[in-house]
Amino acid sequence: MATYQEFIQQNEDRDGVRCSWNLWPSSRLEATRLVVPVSCLYTPLKERPDLPPVQYEPVLCSRANCKAVLNPLCQVDFRAKIWACNFCFQRNSFPPSYAGISEVNQPAELMPQFSTIEYIVQRGPPTPLIFLYVVDTCLEEEDLQALKESLQMSLSLLPPNALVGLITFGRMIQIHELSCEGIAKSYVFRGTKELTPKQIQEMLGLMKPATSGQQGKPLAPHDAAAASCIFLQPVQAVDMNLTDLLGELQRDPWPVPQGKRPLRSTGIALSIAIGLLEGTFPNTGARVMLFTGGPPTQGPGMVVGDELKTPIRSWHDIQKDNARHLKKATKYYEALANRAAVNGHSVDIYACALDQTGLLEMKCLSNLTGGHIVMGDSFNTSLFKQTFQRVFSKDYNGEFRMAFGGTLEVKTSRELKISGVIGPCVSLNTKGPCVSDNEMGVGGTCQWKICSLTPATTLAMYFEVVNQHNAPVPQGGRGAVQFVTQYQHSNTQRRIRVTTIARNWADAQSQIQHIESSFDQEASAVLMARLGVFRAESEEGPDVLRWLDRQLIRLFMFHLRRSPFLQVFNNSPDESSYYRHHFVRQDLTQSLIMIQPILYSYSFYGPPEPVLLDSSSILPDRILLMDTFFQLVIYHGETIAQWRKAGYQEMAEYENFKQLLQAPLDDAQEILQTRFPMPRYIDTEHGGSQARFLLSKVNPSQTHNNLYAWGQESGAPILTDDVSLQVFMDHLKKLAVSSAA
Amino acid sequence: MENEHVYLQVRDELRMNVNQQPHMATPYGQPQPGYQGYPQPGYGGDHVPSGYPAQYAPYNGPGSAYQQGPPQGTRGPPTSGAPPVSGAQNYSQFGQGENQNGPPPMGAPPQRPPVSQPYTPGAVNLPGPQHPYGQRFGAPPVSMQHMTNQMASMQVGSTAPSPAGPGYAPPSVSQAAVSAPYTTSAPPTFTPPTTATSQPPPTEALAQAPPHSYYGALPPVQQPFQNAVPTFSSAGPTQPQAPPPVSPQSFPQAPPISQPPFSTAQVHPGPTQSYRGPLPSTQSSFPRPPHPTSQPSAFPAGPPPTSIPSQLPGVMQPQPPVSQPSPYHSGPPTTSTGFPPQVGAPPRPSFPGMQGPPMASQGPPMASQGPPMASQGPPMAQANHILPTQPGMPPGPINASLSGPPPQPGMQGYPPQQNGAFGQVRGPQPGYTGPYPGQPNYGAPPAAPASAPAAPKRLDPDSIPSPIQVIEDDKANKGSEPFTTGVRGQAPPLVTTKFQVKDQGNASPRYIRCTAYNMPCNSDMAKQSQVPLAAVIKPLAPLPPDETPPYLVDHGESGPIRCNRCKAYMCPYMQFIEGGRRFQCGFCNCVTEVPPNYFQHLDHTGKRVDCYDRPELSMGSYDFMTTVDYCKNNKFPQPPAFIFLIDVSYNAVKNGTVGIVCQELKTLLDYLPRENPDVESNIRVGFVTYNKVLHFYNVKASLAQPQMMVVSDVADMFVPLLDGFLVSVSESRVVIESLLDQIPEMFADTRETETVFGPVIQAGLEALKAADCAGKLFVFHSSLPIAEAPGKLKNREDKKLVGTDKEKTLFQPQVSFYNTLAKECVAQGCCVDLFLFPNQYVDVATLGVVPTSTGGSIYKYTYFQAPSDQERFLNDLRRDVQKQVGFDAVMRVRTSTGIRATDFFGAFYMSNTTDVELAGLDCDKTVTVEFRHDDKLSEETGALMQCAVLYTSCSGQRRLRIHNMAVNCCSQLADLYRNCETDTIINFFAKYAYRSVLSSPTKNVRDSLVNQCAQILACYRKNCASPSSAGQLILPECMKLLPVYLNCVLKSDVLQPGADVSLDDRAYLRQLVSTMDVAESHVFFYPHLLPLQKLDVESMALPMAVRDSEERLSRGGVYLLENGLNIFLWVGVSAQQELLQNIFGTPAFSQIDPNMTSLPALDNPFSKRLREIIESVRAQRSRYMKLMVVKQEDKLELIFKHFLVEDKSNSGGASYVDFLCHMHKEIRQLLS
Repeated sequence: MATYQEFIQQNEDRDGVRCSWNLWPSSRLEATRLVVPVSCLYTPLKERPDLPPVQYEPVLCSRANCKAVLNPLCQVDFRAKIWACNFCFQRNSFPPSYAGISEVNQPAELMPQFSTIEYIVQRGPPTPLIFLYVVDTCLEEEDLQALKESLQMSLSLLPPNALVGLITFGRMIQIHELSCEGIAKSYVFRGTKELTPKQIQEMLGLMKPATSGQQGKPLAPHDAAAASCIFLQPVQAVDMNLTDLLGELQRDPWPVPQGKRPLRSTGIALSIAIGLLEGTFPNTGARVMLFTGGPPTQGPGMVVGDELKTPIRSWHDIQKDNARHLKKATKYYEALANRAAVNGHSVDIYACALDQTGLLEMKCLSNLTGGHIVMGDSFNTSLFKQTFQRVFSKDYNGEFRMAFGGTLEVKTSRELKISGVIGPCVSLNTKGPCVSDNEMGVGGTCQWKICSLTPATTLAMYFEVVNQHNAPVPQGGRGAVQFVTQYQHSNTQRRIRVTTIARNWADAQSQIQHIESSFDQEASAVLMARLGVFRAESEEGPDVLRWLDRQLIRLFMFHLRRSPFLQVFNNSPDESSYYRHHFVRQDLTQSLIMIQPILYSYSFYGPPEPVLLDSSSILPDRILLMDTFFQLVIYHGETIAQWRKAGYQEMAEYENFKQLLQAPLDDAQEILQTRFPMPRYIDTEHGGSQARFLLSKVNPSQTHNNLYAWGQESGAPILTDDVSLQVFMDHLKKLAVSSAA
Repeated sequence: MENEHVYLQVRDELRMNVNQQPHMATPYGQPQPGYQGYPQPGYGGDHVPSGYPAQYAPYNGPGSAYQQGPPQGTRGPPTSGAPPVSGAQNYSQFGQGENQNGPPPMGAPPQRPPVSQPYTPGAVNLPGPQHPYGQRFGAPPVSMQHMTNQMASMQVGSTAPSPAGPGYAPPSVSQAAVSAPYTTSAPPTFTPPTTATSQPPPTEALAQAPPHSYYGALPPVQQPFQNAVPTFSSAGPTQPQAPPPVSPQSFPQAPPISQPPFSTAQVHPGPTQSYRGPLPSTQSSFPRPPHPTSQPSAFPAGPPPTSIPSQLPGVMQPQPPVSQPSPYHSGPPTTSTGFPPQVGAPPRPSFPGMQGPPMASQGPPMASQGPPMASQGPPMAQANHILPTQPGMPPGPINASLSGPPPQPGMQGYPPQQNGAFGQVRGPQPGYTGPYPGQPNYGAPPAAPASAPAAPKRLDPDSIPSPIQVIEDDKANKGSEPFTTGVRGQAPPLVTTKFQVKDQGNASPRYIRCTAYNMPCNSDMAKQSQVPLAAVIKPLAPLPPDETPPYLVDHGESGPIRCNRCKAYMCPYMQFIEGGRRFQCGFCNCVTEVPPNYFQHLDHTGKRVDCYDRPELSMGSYDFMTTVDYCKNNKFPQPPAFIFLIDVSYNAVKNGTVGIVCQELKTLLDYLPRENPDVESNIRVGFVTYNKVLHFYNVKASLAQPQMMVVSDVADMFVPLLDGFLVSVSESRVVIESLLDQIPEMFADTRETETVFGPVIQAGLEALKAADCAGKLFVFHSSLPIAEAPGKLKNREDKKLVGTDKEKTLFQPQVSFYNTLAKECVAQGCCVDLFLFPNQYVDVATLGVVPTSTGGSIYKYTYFQAPSDQERFLNDLRRDVQKQVGFDAVMRVRTSTGIRATDFFGAFYMSNTTDVELAGLDCDKTVTVEFRHDDKLSEETGALMQCAVLYTSCSGQRRLRIHNMAVNCCSQLADLYRNCETDTIINFFAKYAYRSVLSSPTKNVRDSLVNQCAQILACYRKNCASPSSAGQLILPECMKLLPVYLNCVLKSDVLQPGADVSLDDRAYLRQLVSTMDVAESHVFFYPHLLPLQKLDVESMALPMAVRDSEERLSRGGVYLLENGLNIFLWVGVSAQQELLQNIFGTPAFSQIDPNMTSLPALDNPFSKRLREIIESVRAQRSRYMKLMVVKQEDKLELIFKHFLVEDKSNSGGASYVDFLCHMHKEIRQLLS
C-alpha cells in the first residue's frame, strides 16, 4: 500500500477529490470529536486528458429516490445480468443494450479506473453557447477604447456558432439589435424603473403576437430562438456588424454635472440581460458578461448615489450600519442571481475602476451562478486584457475551458449524509434520503446548480456521519459517495460526469492512529478555510475569527487569520468580496496559495528556495518572489536594487547578476501564463512604495517594537501592530492548555 | 319709415326691415363728415383752418344741400304734403340733410318703408333717394352705412369717393365723420344745418331719446332717404322723368360742389369733382339704361302697384322678378312718385304685396339672378333690371346680361354707379334696386297686396338681405382706399374686402377685429343689447407685402417701459405729463415716472417730440425686445426644436403617409422658419417613429448611419438619447437623408397594427425638456391608440347619443390623461401639431386635446389616399412647417378700467384667469376675447385694450408683441348697432357655441344662440328703430346678415349634424373653428360661390359671387365653391360645351372625371385663369383646399349641396328664408 500521500495524490488525479479524512470515523460521535468534519474538495470537471467520454447513457438504479449510477463499486451478477446498487442495495437488471455483459466484457463504468467516467448523452437539440456582453459606457475615453478593443478581439475567440448579444448601459440601457442592416437599432430602457421579466419580454417583443391566442405567455424556446435572434446572433453572422457597433460605441452622452458621478444603471442592465435570456433561452448555457467601470448609481441595485460628496460604503460604514443602499441592493442582486441560476445562466463581472464598483452587492451574481469576477484598476491594463482573454482559453482538445448549466447531485451510502456544499453553486432544493439536517454551507439538498464550470471549479462538500455509535459498521465496510454532474459541454454536448468514491470506515476508538494518519492537512485547511469564509460572509467578522480560533490550531491558520478572506482591515468591501469569491472556487493548490502566500528567495548562494513568509526572509542580497494568487510580487533586496540601479546587469562580466535578475521574472511569467484571473504583477524593490504588498503579508517577526530586542538579526522590520507568529503561537498554546483544562 | 330697413312682408305678419345702420350712419354720417373734415383738416395741419371752414362749409353745404333737398322734396314728392310734416320732424332728426328726404318719407312713411325696405338693401335706396332728393345728403346717409362710410373714406382718399363722389361723397364724408364727429363736431355742424335745433344733433343719432323718436321718424326718413329715396329716386327719376334725374344730377352737382368743399377741403376737391363728373356720366349712362329697362317695365306698368300686379298675374316667376324689379323701381318710384302721390296708403300695401309677390312671383330665378345682380352693384342693378326681363329668359340671358357690358361696367362702375346712384337717382337706384333683392319686394309690396292672395306666402329670397350684396358693397366702398387706424371707433372694411392698412395708432384689423367699435358705456346697455363685446385677435397675423411689419423696439437693459400699476406697456395711450417727466396710464390712470433715459420733451400739444420716431408712441402694433426678466427661469431661451413623430404602423405604411412624409421632409427641412432669410434657421430637428413602441433616431453628424433606439417602455416614457437626437439640419444633412430614406424601407413589411399616442407626445415633451428648449411636435398619426399605454383609448363612437343630453360627452376627452399632458406641454413650451390619417374613428375629441391646448393645429385626412390627397397634405405640411411661429407664449389683454377680458376662445391653456398660455403661437392662430363691464366706461376716453404677447421667436429671442386697440364708447344703443361687425360677432358666436357643446346639449346651445340673436335684434327694434307694425322685421344695417350667418352656424355640422357626419368630423371642426380668424370663419360658414361661366378671362377681377343656394345655380353653369377647407367645382348638366372644353378639355359632360383633384393644364385663357383663381383662393387660406369636381345630379352632389347654406339642409337645418321668419317670430315674441 502506498503512503497516504500517494493515495491522496492518486485519488486527486483520478477523481478530483481531496478528503479531509481518508479514513472515516464510523460513528457520529467520533466524527464530531474530530473537529474537522468528514468532507472533501471536489473538482467536477477536473481535466482528464486520459478519460475518453463514453457515448451512451448512464445506467441508473431503478429505485425512485436513489437513481444512482452504475459504478465500479456495485456488485454485479453477470449471469443474471443484475447489479446491486451500492447506495440503496436495490437490485437492478441491466438494460437490453448490456446483454453482452460478462466478467471479461465489462462496460467501462464497472472498471475501477473509471471511478470517474463521463457520458455523452443526446437530449434535445444542441443549443449554442450564448455570450451576452453588458457594457458600461460611463467610462473614461481611454478605458472605453481599451474595452472596446478587448471586446472586438473576443469575438474572434468565441466559437463561431455561439450566440452573442450586446447591451450597453449608462444612464439608459440599450439592447442592440444585431441582425439589422443599415440603421443600427437598439431597444432602450431607462435605468430607474424596475421591470418584471414579463414586462421586459413584452417590451423586447419576445411575446407571442396577441393573435395567437394566449397573451403574455413567453415563447416556447423554439420560437423564442427565432424571435430573439434580433438580439442574439451567431458570431459568424454578425461578426462585422458587431465589430462596427462596438467600434462606434460612444461614452454615455448624458452630461455629468460637476460633483456628480455618472448615472450608471447597472441594476436594470443586468435585469434586462437576465430577463432577455430567461425569456429566450431558459435552461441553456449562457454567460452574461458585465463590464463595469464604477458603482451602480441609480435605479434598483444602486450602490451609491450620484453625489460625489457621498463616498461609497466602506467596511466602517457597514459595521456602523451606515450603508444605506447595501441591503436593498444586495437583495436586488440576489434575486437576480437566483433567477439567472434557475435558468442556468451565469454572470461574470469585470469591474475595472480605481474605486469600488459595488462588487460587495453584486458578488452574488457571480457566486451563485458560477461566473467570474475580475477586478482591476482599468480596462486598459494587461491584468484585465489577459484575464479576459483567458476566459476563452482552450483545453488540449481545443475546446473551451468552460461548461454550463451544471447540476451536481450527491449520493451517499447510508452511514453518511450530505450537509452542504460551499462553492459557486445554488441549491436546487432537492430533498432526498441522503440530505442531512445539519447544514454546512449550502445545504438541505442533494442537488446543486452550477451554472458555469471550469476545470478548476472546486466545491467543498461537507458530510455528516450519521451512523450511531451503537450500530457499528462492519469491519472493512466502506462508505461511498457518488457525484453526478450533468452539464453542457462547451461544444454544446450534454454530458454527465460521474465520480464515485469510497473510503473505509474506522472505529475512532480502536483505530485513532489510522484515522490520524489519514488526515489530509492541506485539504482540511482549505475546507475549514472555506467554512470560515462562508461564515464570514454571513456573520460578523470577530465571531468568525473566534470560531476559527476555537476550531483549529495549525500553522496556516495564522495566515488565514491575516488573510483578506477573513480580515477586512485595509480592504474595501469590494476587495473582500473579490478575494472570497475566488477563494471558494479555486482548487486546493490555489487555495493554499491564497491562504499562505508562497515566498521564493533568489540569491547567488544557490538555486531558488522557498523561504518562510517572514520578515526575516527579507534580506538585502536576495530577490524575493511572492505569489499570493492575486498578486505576484518581485522584490529586490536593498543591495540587489543598488546593483541593478548601477547597471551591473548590463556588464558582460556580471552576466550572472543578469541571470539572477531574470530568474524570478521567468518564474513569474510562468505563473502569469496560467493563472486565472491574472494576478496583479508587481516589480518592486527595497523601499519601493509597492513593497507594501510584500510587507503586509510576511510574518512580522521583526517590528518596530522588537527590532532591537532581536538584535543583530538581519531582515526588514515591519511597521505593524499585528502580532507575529511567535506571539500568536504563544497565545495559542496558552489557550490550548486552558481550554483543555 | 325706418332707416335703411328692408321691409319684408312675408305674410301680413312678417315684415322685415333691415335697418341699415347706414341710415343711422347717414345721419351720423353727415355729422361725421364734419368730423372727418375737422379732424382731417386738423391732421392736415395747415389745412386746418381752411379745413374747418371748409368743413363747415361743407356742412353748410350739406345743409344747404339739404335745404336744397327740401326744395327738392318740395319739388317732388317729398314736399308732398303730409309727409313733410312728419318728415320734417324726421328730417330734423335725420340731420338736416335728410330733412328733405324725411319729409317725403314722412309723407309716405309707409310707402317708404316698403320702398326703403327694398332699398334697405341699402345701397339702392341710398342712391335713389339722394339723387332724387338731391340730397345726396340724404342719399348718402341713406345709402348704406358702408356706402357712406366707404364713401366718406373714399372721398377722403379721393379715389373711391370720386365715383360715388359727388353726391355720395359728401354724405359719406359726413358719415365717416359721424363716428368721430359725434362727440364734438357733430352737434355744431348739425345744429347749424338743422334748424331743428336740438333735434339735429340728436338726429344724428347722438340724441338718444330723440334719436329713437327720430329713428322712429328718422328711420323712416333715413330709410326713405336711402331706400325710399333711392327707390323713389330711381324709380321716380329714371322712369318717371328725365327731370328728376336731371334735378338729381343737378343736385348731385350742387351737392358735390358743396360737398366738394368737404371732401375737397380735406382731401381732393379736384378728384371728387372729377369723380363726380365721371360718375354722373357713368351713372347716368349705366343706371339709366338699366333702369330704363327694368324700371321701365315696372314703370310702364304704371305706378309700382300697377306694374306689380300685372306682373304677378302674369308670369309667376319670371315676371315676378320683372315685377319685382319693377316693384323695386316701381316701389321706389311709387314711393318716389308716392312721395307725392302714393305717399298715401299705396306704398304699404305694396309691402305686403311686395313680399307676397316677390316671394311667389320672383321665385328662384329672380332671387338667384337678383341677388347676384344686386351684389354687384349698378351693373347688377341693371342686371336685375334685365333679369326681370330675364326671368323669362333662362340663365343664359342672365349670364349674358350679367357678363355683358352692364355688369362690367357695373363692376367698374360700381363705385361710380353707387355714386352715381347716389348722385344720380336713377343710375344708382337701378343698381341698388337691382342689388337689393329687397327692393323688388318693396316694389312688390304694392303689387303684393294685389298679388298677395295669389302668391304663396313665402318670403322672397331675393328680398332678404344678401351677403353677396353686402360684401360687394363693402368692396366697392372701402376696397380702394387704405384703411387708417387712427380714428377711434371706426369699423374696418369687411374681411372679404381687400384693403391696405395704415397703422396710425391702433392695431390693424388684420390683428384685431372687434364685434363692436362703439362699446356701451355701461353694463346695463350691454346687457340690454346682448351684443357680445369681443375682440378677435391674431397676434402674429401675416401682413401683405405692402404693409410694414411691426417695428422692433428696444428699451434697453431695463426692459420695456410699463405702467407701474397695471403693467401695461408703453403705447400711444400713455399720456405724458409734467413736461414729460411722468406718464399717465391710459388703462388704469396710474402715473408713472419716465425713466431718465426715456425722457423727452413735450411739444405744445402735449405730445412727446419724438412721438413719431417711436413706434410705441405712434403705432398700434410693435414688438419689444425683452430682457432676461421676461424669460423662463431667468435664462435666455435656447433656440426651439421641431420634432417629427411618424406613425409607422401597418395602416400608416399602407396608406403611404410614411413614405410621403419622409420624402417630403428631405426638402422641407431646408425651409424651417427663420427670421432672417439669409441665415440658416436655428431650429433643430429630431425624428421619432412609432407604432406601439417608439423609435428614436440618433442622427448625429459624426455618425455614418443613423441609429435607431427603440423605447418599448411606453408606460413611462423617456428620451433615450440626448446628444444626436436634436440636430442642426445643415450639420447632419447626410445622416438625416439616410434616415429618411430608410424609414419607409424599414417598416415596409410591418405587421404592427396597434399604435400608442400619449407616449408619443410624452416622448417629444421629454426630448424638449431634456434639451431645455421649447418647440413643436409634428405628429403623423393614423389610428385609434389602443395599444396598452397611458392615454389608451377605446372606440366610443356611438351615434345614438347624438341629439341626446349625453351628446356632449362625445366632445369631451374620454380620458383625463391628455389634459394633464397638455398642461405639461404648455409648461415646457411644447406645441403639438397633429396630422391624422384615419380610416375609422380615432377619437379626435380626445386626441385633439393636446394640440388645442398647446396652440397647435389638427389636420385630418380621412381615408387618405396618396394619389388624391397627397397634394393637400403636403401643402398643409409645408405651410405648417414653414410658417412663422412663436413659442412659449403668454398673452395678456389689458383694458381700460370699466371692462375686463373675461373669456377666451382658442387653442391655448389658461392656468389662471388672465394669462393665455400658448406653447406655440403661429401666424394663423386666433384668440377671441370676450369683454364684460365691471364698471362704467367714459365716452371721452373710449375703451382701450392692449394685447401683449410674450413669446420666443424662432431664432430663440424672447419678444413682446403689442397690439393696441381703442374703440369708442357710446351711451346710445344706436351707436352700438351702427358700429358693429357681424362677421366678428359670428366668429364669436360660433366659438362660444362650439365650446358650449362641451357642457350643454346641442339643442340648448342652438336655442340660446337664437335667443341671444333675437334679443339683439329685438333690442334694436325696440330702441333704435322707429315704431312700426309688429309685422315688420327691422334689422340694423350692420347686422342685417346676422340671421343668415347665424343660421349657418346653427346648421353647421357641429351643432346640427347630418346622419353622415362622423363624430370625428364634428370634433375636428369644433376644434378647428376655435382658432379661426374672422375671414376664415366667414367663408367657413358662408362659402364663397363663384359662377365661372361669368368669368372674364381678360380681367383680374373675379366674377361676382352668388348666394349659396341651389336656386342660384344654373344648369348651364360651372361654379366654384370654397369654404376654407374644400374647393368644389360644380358642373351643371347643361353646361356649355365650350366651357367644358376650356376647363376639362372635353366637351362632354359625361366624360368629366369626378375623381380628378386638379384641373388639366390646358392651353387656353380660360383654363389658365381658372387655375390661377383656384391657386389664389388657396393661397388665401391657411389650409390647402383639395379640389373636388361635382357633377350635377351625381351622387357627390349631396356633399356639395351641404354647402349651399341658404337652403334647407338634410340635417334639418332651416333655409335662410325660414330661419328669418323664425327669427322674426322670436323677435316679435320678445317685443310683445
